[in-house]
Amino acid sequence: MALTGIEIYKFLPKTNCKKCGFPTCLAFAMKVSQKGVDITVCPDLSPEAKEALEAAGRPPIRLVTIGGDKRKIEVGNEVVMFRHEKTFYHPTGLMVRIKDSAPAEAIAKVAGEVAGYSVERVGMELALDGLALENESKDAATFVACVEAVKSKADLPLVLMSSDPAAMGAALEKAADGKPLIYAATKDNWDKMAELALKHGCPLAVHEAAGLGELAQLVEQINGAGIEDIVIDPGAHGFAQSLATLTQLRRLALKKSFRPLGYPIITFPGESSDTVEAEAVLAAQHVAKYAGIVVLDHFSPSMAYPLLTLRLNIYTDPQKPIQLTPKIYEIGAPKPDSPVCVTTNFSLTYFSIAGELESSGYPSWLLVADTEGLSVLTAWAAGKFDAEKIAKTVKDFNIAESISHRSLIIPGRVAVLRGELEEELPDWKIMVGPPEAMDIGGYLKKMWSA
Amino acid sequence: MPEVEVPLEKWTGKVNEVRLGGNGRQAVVVGGEATFPFLQFEGAIPNRPAVAIEVLDVQPTGWPSQLAAAWGNVLADPALWAKKAAEYGADIIALRLKSAHPEEGDTGAEEAKKTVDKVLAAMDLPLIVLGPEVAEKDNIVLVAASEAARGQRIALGNCEEKNYRTIGAACIADGHVAIAKTPIEINLAKQLNILLCDLGVSPESILMDPTTGALGYGLEYTYSVMERLRLACLTGDGMTSMPMICTVGEESWRQKESKSDIEVPATWGELEQRALIWEEMTASTLLNAGADIVVLRHPKTVEAIKATIDKLMG
Repeated sequence: MALTGIEIYKFLPKTNCKKCGFPTCLAFAMKVSQKGVDITVCPDLSPEAKEALEAAGRPPIRLVTIGGDKRKIEVGNEVVMFRHEKTFYHPTGLMVRIKDSAPAEAIAKVAGEVAGYSVERVGMELALDGLALENESKDAATFVACVEAVKSKADLPLVLMSSDPAAMGAALEKAADGKPLIYAATKDNWDKMAELALKHGCPLAVHEAAGLGELAQLVEQINGAGIEDIVIDPGAHGFAQSLATLTQLRRLALKKSFRPLGYPIITFPGESSDTVEAEAVLAAQHVAKYAGIVVLDHFSPSMAYPLLTLRLNIYTDPQKPIQLTPKIYEIGAPKPDSPVCVTTNFSLTYFSIAGELESSGYPSWLLVADTEGLSVLTAWAAGKFDAEKIAKTVKDFNIAESISHRSLIIPGRVAVLRGELEEELPDWKIMVGPPEAMDIGGYLKKMWSA
Repeated sequence: MPEVEVPLEKWTGKVNEVRLGGNGRQAVVVGGEATFPFLQFEGAIPNRPAVAIEVLDVQPTGWPSQLAAAWGNVLADPALWAKKAAEYGADIIALRLKSAHPEEGDTGAEEAKKTVDKVLAAMDLPLIVLGPEVAEKDNIVLVAASEAARGQRIALGNCEEKNYRTIGAACIADGHVAIAKTPIEINLAKQLNILLCDLGVSPESILMDPTTGALGYGLEYTYSVMERLRLACLTGDGMTSMPMICTVGEESWRQKESKSDIEVPATWGELEQRALIWEEMTASTLLNAGADIVVLRHPKTVEAIKATIDKLMG
């Protein structure tokens, strides 16, 4: 939990010396609490105060990196319970589990598919983040062979899963350079797992399902061995239990600054799911409600794509809505005689209109103007969606080249722009669409005869 | 062992309980939560969220084939469709009077009354009646539906800023519940609730429709507006304490992801499973944001979401 101005003030020399550039120590403290200035700007801060402030300023949920220099993910360091309070910063890592007892071809196939999977959405490439390799065979040599096979197919962050420190040690000899997550230290093996984590400089998962107190105790023991890069597994299964447990863990970290549980959480939604759909839905809950890493037991594009879309939705900064790249979007498979509509690049505006066009039965050309992410009326009021901008959009993207007509449908909310637009685009017929997106289908049916 | 004391929030408000049906029909009560969704460790969740199945009064056109095939012949008859939906486990039937839309047949009060009578007679679940979402036509057919269902405590939607007086008055006169729909905005949602209450609609006779964005199509806006509405309710704002209804099926099945198997990237995966997950994930995510009623379309989604709710209720 970040300190308040008053709490910071207590650590300051209280001399009001102004050397920091602020009139009083209190004013300085207030600015520090808003993160407007760094605490080290105070030249007279005692070393003890500095250390105490740094400790208090540590993130309530530790940021943990999994993976090597080439491909890595960062999870944790979240600061709010609800995304509307600020934003969720570090998207949940989505990984797929491979068991070492599976046939070699199956291992190679899944590793290759997951590594090669990537899907484009609103101009972004969405991909899965890693593979979790489980030592189901209980045999060290089999585990090592699996690690090597996967490494040859996939350059992705890994989770190595074994309760046997010897097998884990053997696998780490081959994979430690990729800084995999070691899964997991338990109350039976934690000292040896901690040794391996220290030796190889890898993050360590801590698994204890008996209760949050027991989990916190084990984490403290492992902290005592010098390990800070920790991911916790409270062993929460199913919808209700995992929602309750993950909510409690997030609250303990944020509201109580409870250090022993202030770490990202790993979950395995497939373990309590009967069907692939159920696994996807539970994984979605974990993405929205507080998991740092979700390990899936199944991979198929038809479950990965919705899940990656959900993660994109939830981890979009609510204060900075996704702006679409201004360009011509083809809805359906438009032809030269298909309608041309123009709108703004506010994502929600785009999605409303694209959705209506999609279901209207009229494949269309949708021209998206650069309004810096503002919606139609707001952009119009701010002078970012005027006749000049629309005309420029029409010309810059050269939509005329793709179509056989010269009709342009503008949003009904900016009907007032029609006259000016007719001057800006003298060859064009300017049509005023409906004010609400949901009426586009009916409008096209009535008005579009090209 | 370190002592772990989970912080509990002391909420001062709770969601209103709204009853649908009764008087000879089955009754469903939604709302009443005294904490965020499914957090039984913190507060009471007296009623499970309800699953409504959407029924149209005209044969749907342009539905993806797997969705149409799941229902088969009953799509041509709203009464048979509603009966089938009851068999598939619906808690509530949501009847959309689409034929009243000027582009879809422009039917009027008489047809609306007949359809509502027929559907009410075909099954004994509570009913939601939704208009064609053209304000002036909504007024005509929803008032007719209201009269036809007098005393059966159905829900009428949508009340919007333009027509809340007519629909609200019908709800008061005939003992129904008003669905107040606003475009993904917390202040507009609250404002419409205030207007309806000022008109004389009791707070226990209002549901809020915050407007549903499907997965990938504005879901995050709906999600956060719902969380903010629920937070305002729990901190004591009575004018945001109405249970929330989300039209999940309608929104998710009209997206390209649920419809198209051609001219889409191979990375979207197999259509049938993708489309089902699209509806299920939209529903489950909004349930976790506070939805009290989800209106669904595919029978398999209904089954899956009912199972999910069972699990979430513990």
